[in-house]
Amino acid sequence: MFNNIQQLIFGRLTASDFVHDPIMAGAGFAMIGALVLAIIGLTYFKKWKWLWRTWITSLDPKKIGVMYILVSVVMLLRGLADALLLRTQQATDVSGGLLTSDHFQQIFSAHGSIMIFFVAMGIIFGIFNLIIPTQIGARDVAFPFLNSVSFWLFAAGMILINAPLIVGEFSAAGWLAYPPLSELQFSPGVGVDYWIWSLQIAGIGSLLSGINFFVTIIKMRAPGMKMMMMPIFVWSALASLVLVMFAFPILTATLGMLSLDRLLGMHFFTATAGGNPMLYINLIWAWGHPEVYILVLPAFGIFSEVVATFSGKKLFGYKSMVVALAAITFLSFTVWLHHFFTMGAGADVNTFFGIMTMIIAIPTGVKVFNWIFTMYRGRVRFTTPMLWFMGFIVTFTLGGLTGVLMSVPAADFQFHNSLFLVAHFHTMIVGGVLFGAFAGFAYWFPKFTGYTLNEKLGKYAFWFWIVGFLLAFGPLYILGFMGATRRLDHYDPSLGWQGLFVVAGVGVLIICVGVFFQILQLIYSIIHRNKNRVGSDPWNGRTLEWSISSPPKEYNFAVIPTVTTRDAFWESKKSNHAHTEVPKYEDIWVPKNSGAGVIVGAFALAFGIAVIWHIWWLLIVGLVGVIVTLIIRLTNDDTEEKITAAQLAHHEGVKAV
Amino acid sequence: MTQLAEETPTQEKKTLGFWIYLMTDCVLFAALFATFAVLRGSTFGGPSGHDIFDLQFVLIETMILLTSSFTAGLAILGAGRGFKKQTLFWLVITFLLGAAFLTLELSEFSKLAAEGNGWTHSAFLSSYFTLVGTHGLHIAIGLLWLFVMIFRLWRFKFKKTDINRLALFGLFWHFLDVIWIFIFSIVYLIGGMA
Ligand code: HEM
Ligand SMILES: [Cu+2]
Repeated sequence: MFNNIQQLIFGRLTASDFVHDPIMAGAGFAMIGALVLAIIGLTYFKKWKWLWRTWITSLDPKKIGVMYILVSVVMLLRGLADALLLRTQQATDVSGGLLTSDHFQQIFSAHGSIMIFFVAMGIIFGIFNLIIPTQIGARDVAFPFLNSVSFWLFAAGMILINAPLIVGEFSAAGWLAYPPLSELQFSPGVGVDYWIWSLQIAGIGSLLSGINFFVTIIKMRAPGMKMMMMPIFVWSALASLVLVMFAFPILTATLGMLSLDRLLGMHFFTATAGGNPMLYINLIWAWGHPEVYILVLPAFGIFSEVVATFSGKKLFGYKSMVVALAAITFLSFTVWLHHFFTMGAGADVNTFFGIMTMIIAIPTGVKVFNWIFTMYRGRVRFTTPMLWFMGFIVTFTLGGLTGVLMSVPAADFQFHNSLFLVAHFHTMIVGGVLFGAFAGFAYWFPKFTGYTLNEKLGKYAFWFWIVGFLLAFGPLYILGFMGATRRLDHYDPSLGWQGLFVVAGVGVLIICVGVFFQILQLIYSIIHRNKNRVGSDPWNGRTLEWSISSPPKEYNFAVIPTVTTRDAFWESKKSNHAHTEVPKYEDIWVPKNSGAGVIVGAFALAFGIAVIWHIWWLLIVGLVGVIVTLIIRLTNDDTEEKITAAQLAHHEGVKAV
Repeated sequence: MTQLAEETPTQEKKTLGFWIYLMTDCVLFAALFATFAVLRGSTFGGPSGHDIFDLQFVLIETMILLTSSFTAGLAILGAGRGFKKQTLFWLVITFLLGAAFLTLELSEFSKLAAEGNGWTHSAFLSSYFTLVGTHGLHIAIGLLWLFVMIFRLWRFKFKKTDINRLALFGLFWHFLDVIWIFIFSIVYLIGGMA
């Protein structure tokens, strides 16, 4: 009787689910501690109202973008801590190591999933929020409320993926949870469910964002800005968004089917009753390969902006860049099978996908040459964003070459699932996506704060990162050749691998020093902000975001600019008559704040917890909550407020006079 | 209380956004169709489509759904001309037809389950229930949407924004029709062949 009631209220959650081994418990307590501190701090300084009004309920994409980036930074630290544990385990394995196999598996699964979904995705959507509207001369995104919903779904997913540190366990099935291992038969616990629902909820948020920003770019460009006049970053974002629109529904369907297997006893991917695990692997990579381009194309865009600005030249080969982006977008749906050449699809199929993979390297190579030619005979300023760019060119070329090596199916039978592969994709994703994000951070930081980051500390950070990175991943290429497979929690000392694993571990420590300098740089720059104040255009920029105040007003542009060329701001600076006209202000409409986004996120979180722990009453609460909140919000026609021309002139007057 | 001049672009954005959403939904269904195609033969000794599908029954379902699409179109036509009563009438008819379709589908599902051919039985049945069920779930969401709209039109004044929402609903409902045509031909006709 007692058991039944307990089950009714708590599902399969019991008190023992809160008991963890010391390392996880430590991380869990640290998280709770930080949360409690934040709550005390907010209460003490009476900041709750401020938090609610200016951040949580804000529909301003600039605010939402900052929140995305904040979450991603915290998650980057979590992912890095995971990587540190993995590396320590492998470096000290001969003397026993510190992790159990099961814990090691949970950590690499968490590391991979968090880094992809909550670091890389978060960063690019954060940057989209900040940069797309300001670069196309728009005041907002197409659907401001939807944008807030997307963010809070992302936040709900983030909470779910970190919750196992406190209650329950995480998936031990790798970042893509291949069945049949991830099926109920072999993973009966809550781990895989945490993985599924965290990704499902965050993924739906990403899909909605994808639609939102796509419409923003298509419909909200400043008058006169033809497609071929868009800044190249906007093009790269557009390509990435098209991929989101086509790839994420596949992820939604695939995760849905896996969870139907686990929840309702279906047999899509089980080892019995006709289920087909290879179907899952095909589906997940039909999403997964485009996903890597979703992440890296915006990074390409950032580098293109950075290299043109700091070379003082227009981007070399704009048109070929656009064509290359389009080609990559299309081709990225034709290569997914290179992730499992060893499946046994046969020589013909493997050959096709091998050749397609080699072909996709061509447009990518075109871009590398375009960047180099942009610098050629330019007046290059070696600021931190430029350093990240130079580091990227080196690592990216290295990673690209190893990628082409693996695209040869016969060779891939050797490389598949080896540390060579792990080294390859980290070279691309750390050297490409992370370095791109760091470059963009330093480049656009003054736009959204009004002051620059400290250059010296930024340079230290860069050098520690690049050296640490090469040390951390260089040895993995060699280990891969020596036959070390990925996801190894133990290996035989007689193999003689330990030395290289120790080097890799030292590399990660050096990366940590780099991260330390980044944090220091941020804190230092905030404290000394008054010394580094800059105007609206600190780098002599080329695109429209540099034409508005730093930080931009809520409405970005008091008067929407009319565009006649590429690099619109650069050209207007050259012709120099833009400032003489007296601006003509009109009334504008901005969205009112709305708490509905965060409420939808909270109910989605409740829903997630409910399906993971089989708490059926909570599931109904979550579902009904989401639906009712949406109905109330979507039937409301009074969602905007007016800023009159007079108010506008008043806001702007301070600056113009 | 949006500014009038803003309204047209806002509606254009919504329409484009909604089309794109429908396209992403198409991709989702494509994944489910592909899964069905792969798992169709994996009956694991259980029944195949030929053994369990009742084409006559499905044809009735199809007719009902197609008719509801037609009545939804009539409602939107009425709304465009500002005929409130006519709009409401056809919306209610659409709702009833949609509800009838869903009831028939659910009765078909429960009949299969009662005969021991539930979704746990084989990969084929899992993919069948999921594909058709996902379409059914969309219909259910559409009915909820329809219900809210009928309620608002009945209680409040007829506003431009309501008509715009109605147009989007029309897109959604026609889209579900198209998906159903695919289900009818791929799942029931081709999948039901011996
Ligand atoms: C910042 C420095 C990073 C370090 C030191 C690092 C380290 C590691 C290590 C040691 C592994 C396990 C390798 C093995 O299987 O033996 C791993 C796996 C992985 N990492 Fe990283 N990583 C870093 C950054 C990233 C980033 C930025 C991403 C993605 C955005 C990422 C994505 C992954 C993925 C997807 C896996 C595979 C997990 C699995 O096997 O299921 N990593 N990483
Ligand atoms: Cu790939």
